[in-house]
Amino acid sequence: MLVPTLALVAALFVGALVIIFTDPETLRAWASFTANPGRALSLSWDAASEAYIALFRGSFGSRYALSETLVNTTPLLLAGLSVGLAFRAGLFNIGGEGQILAGFIGSVMVGFSFDSLPAIIHVPFALLTGAVFGAAWGFIPGFLKAKTGAHEVISTIMLNFIMLNVVLWVLKTEFFLRIGRNDPISKSVNESAELPKIAGEGLRVHLGIMVALAVAWLMWWILFRTTIGFRFRSVGANPKAAAYAGMSVAGTYIFAMMMAGALTGLAGATQMLGIKKFLSPGFSGFGFDAIALALLGKSHPGGIVLASILFGALRAGALTMQASTSTPIDIIVVIQALIIAFVAAPTLVRAIFRVKLRRSERETEGVLAKTWGS
Amino acid sequence: MKVELRGVTKRFPGVVANRDVNLTVSGGEVVALLGENGAGKSTLMNVLFGLYEATEGEIYIDDQKAEFSSPADAIAAGIGMVHQHFMLIPVFNVIENVMLGLEETKGMGRLDEDKASERLLSLSREHGLQVEPYAVIEDLPVGVQQRVEILKALYRNADCLILDEPTAVLTPDEIRDLIGVIQSLKDAGKAIIFISHKLKEVLEIADQIVVLRRGEVVGTTTPSETNEQELATMMVGRDVQLEVSKTPSEPGTAVLRVTDMHVRDDREVKVVNGVSFEVKAKEILAIAGVQGNGQTQLIEALTGLRKVESGNVTLGDEDVTGASPATLFKMDVAHIPEDRQADGMIGAFSIADNLVLNTYRERPFSKGILTDRSAIQRSATKLIEDFDIRTPSARSPASTLSGGNQQKMIVAREFTHAQRLLIASQPTRGLDVGSIQYIHARIVAQRDEGAGVLLVSSELDEIMALADRIAVMCAGEIVGVLDRADATREKVGRLMAGVRDEAPRPPSPPVAEGEGS
Repeated sequence: MLVPTLALVAALFVGALVIIFTDPETLRAWASFTANPGRALSLSWDAASEAYIALFRGSFGSRYALSETLVNTTPLLLAGLSVGLAFRAGLFNIGGEGQILAGFIGSVMVGFSFDSLPAIIHVPFALLTGAVFGAAWGFIPGFLKAKTGAHEVISTIMLNFIMLNVVLWVLKTEFFLRIGRNDPISKSVNESAELPKIAGEGLRVHLGIMVALAVAWLMWWILFRTTIGFRFRSVGANPKAAAYAGMSVAGTYIFAMMMAGALTGLAGATQMLGIKKFLSPGFSGFGFDAIALALLGKSHPGGIVLASILFGALRAGALTMQASTSTPIDIIVVIQALIIAFVAAPTLVRAIFRVKLRRSERETEGVLAKTWGS
Repeated sequence: MKVELRGVTKRFPGVVANRDVNLTVSGGEVVALLGENGAGKSTLMNVLFGLYEATEGEIYIDDQKAEFSSPADAIAAGIGMVHQHFMLIPVFNVIENVMLGLEETKGMGRLDEDKASERLLSLSREHGLQVEPYAVIEDLPVGVQQRVEILKALYRNADCLILDEPTAVLTPDEIRDLIGVIQSLKDAGKAIIFISHKLKEVLEIADQIVVLRRGEVVGTTTPSETNEQELATMMVGRDVQLEVSKTPSEPGTAVLRVTDMHVRDDREVKVVNGVSFEVKAKEILAIAGVQGNGQTQLIEALTGLRKVESGNVTLGDEDVTGASPATLFKMDVAHIPEDRQADGMIGAFSIADNLVLNTYRERPFSKGILTDRSAIQRSATKLIEDFDIRTPSARSPASTLSGGNQQKMIVAREFTHAQRLLIASQPTRGLDVGSIQYIHARIVAQRDEGAGVLLVSSELDEIMALADRIAVMCAGEIVGVLDRADATREKVGRLMAGVRDEAPRPPSPPVAEGEGS
């Protein structure tokens, strides 16, 4: 908890410097710093504080802002949980994007195919199909790793691009293609399959956030209260000792990748049924952020919840920041990258803030580092 | 040269690793630093070698105060260290390793290996350290690699050599060679600090013995004034029995029968070549051998962690060739793995979790898929007490335990189940006298309760202390089987080095060769 928080502080500070030194007026003031140092400093303060205040307003400042934050949090959280779960079992799941697209395909297909189902059946059915499609896509790298030793980092990256093209292909089929259209856009999900809005019609926030939070709790329960989780964590922390103790390492890899795939598939499904409503070509854009979230949240479900709210807020607030100040939206990407850089370099953060390493923190770092070594 | 540590104290947050240690070593003298694991021997030497800074106290070289802030300073002052784990680059040859950091050049940065090799060879002749300068390190036996390390220090003009547990990795013959080398270095006027926890060799080599316990010097003596028993008592701080008391075995029926086993290692090289033996109930069969002669792979294949290329394994009447660890566990086979930290435990997990690593799916530790954490905790608390595992809490991560306590934890987990066969690989490697004695007594107790025990060890002392029969393994084959009564250290040592008996045996000994015992 300590290091990620300090990393956030450090990232906001460096981000402020970037904001200051990309603002033309402030830069000019710094150029004549010796003539009028007060002006340079006050302009700098204004530029950074206004940008951050706008960022905060856009993410938590109103009902609308809050709704947008949660809308952005939902798929990030589910995808982040997926990466975190895989991390715990010693796997580095970079295949989020591909599994999300699989979830898109599964959920949109069920979403537009049935028009007489009641929502109470249609929604869960579509969500579940998305999760199953994701699990199937996750099964492939798990199986390859278990049977041939193929490194999941390589295979999941490759599968992302395969799935990107699978989407293009399905959008050429009559079954998916929207009637009367030639460009690659699918039919829309029926209203009965849409995730219901939970804060009124004007706000986009939908039931997906509840689903995501429930799944986060479920993941915590599985990891820390069940024999399955014990096995996952054992294999992740020391596969040799797990094998020696009679656990099936290969089986665990397959199962863990399927579960991770299911979670990312579900992330895609909630996004499809809550926001997107139809399938179009291209990556979703949150599958890679999910890796950062798992890292930031130390692969703990609670940590991932907090990290995805943070990233959701950054995404939601970025628009307001750009609209009300001259700060470009890309600054958010810089801040996100800085957070990750600082989290990935705990020694640096500790050196800056002069904090000692606690033993419990050393463990999770070991888990993350190990996934690269295998 | 005279090296002196005066009142050295080294504190780490929460621990005092060394307290007010005084130590003097002069040229032409061997000082043995004796102590259990964790007594602070290595910390003290790391202070002398400039890796740690002393919290209090001073270092004097020839009565001049010295300040070492890095190993480079220590080396410049004439101190050389041969670490327990060699600091060599495996793919470089001997000369490249020796001159690393001190490269001789002949202009434009071109290496002058001839010049270096000349100097190396003269050093090696002087001290009887034969090496082939252009041999690649990874092709050399461990004993020769160690010689390279010593040469590396001498090449840097070391007058004081620190040898950190130098015999831990050597065969009995190599140990003999090393003692010769130490003698010659001593005659050449070098000061030598010899770190060890083995009593016999300390008595043999040292001029002076300094015993450390819990970071403090508890005694200074000479070999002529003391004996093994007294040293052990000083080291541990209480009376210890060096030999386990053990009645002659009354072997029952065969528990494990291995027939013509062949196994390959990770590089697909055949490292076990037609090994056959059997272990009976109520006996300890020890497989002796220098590390790296196929024992590791043999045990891995027996315990389901490695593929059996060909051959047969039976447990009682059942064929268990290639059976999984889980299957063997259900058939009451216990296994103490060779590398306890890599295979036997999960360092990041609590002791309680480690204690149920193979039983977490059984009642009372879980019901259905739900784990019962309080049951796990309760059982851990009991085992910690029964097996005397020294820890503040069952919730502490296993990595915080000392080596001896880690091993007790593994023994606790493996010994609480009914047992037909116990496979113990290097069960006391790196442990202190007290823990060794404890583990040995437990193994003998398992035998007396009726289990067959297959012990693998490269420590001759351990083999002689525990075995009822000894099978010696060399280059992937069993080169001889001896009854404990017929076995002498010399005989076993010779076999370990690959010298077969006068009456040569066929390369693959016939099945059931232990029938006569």
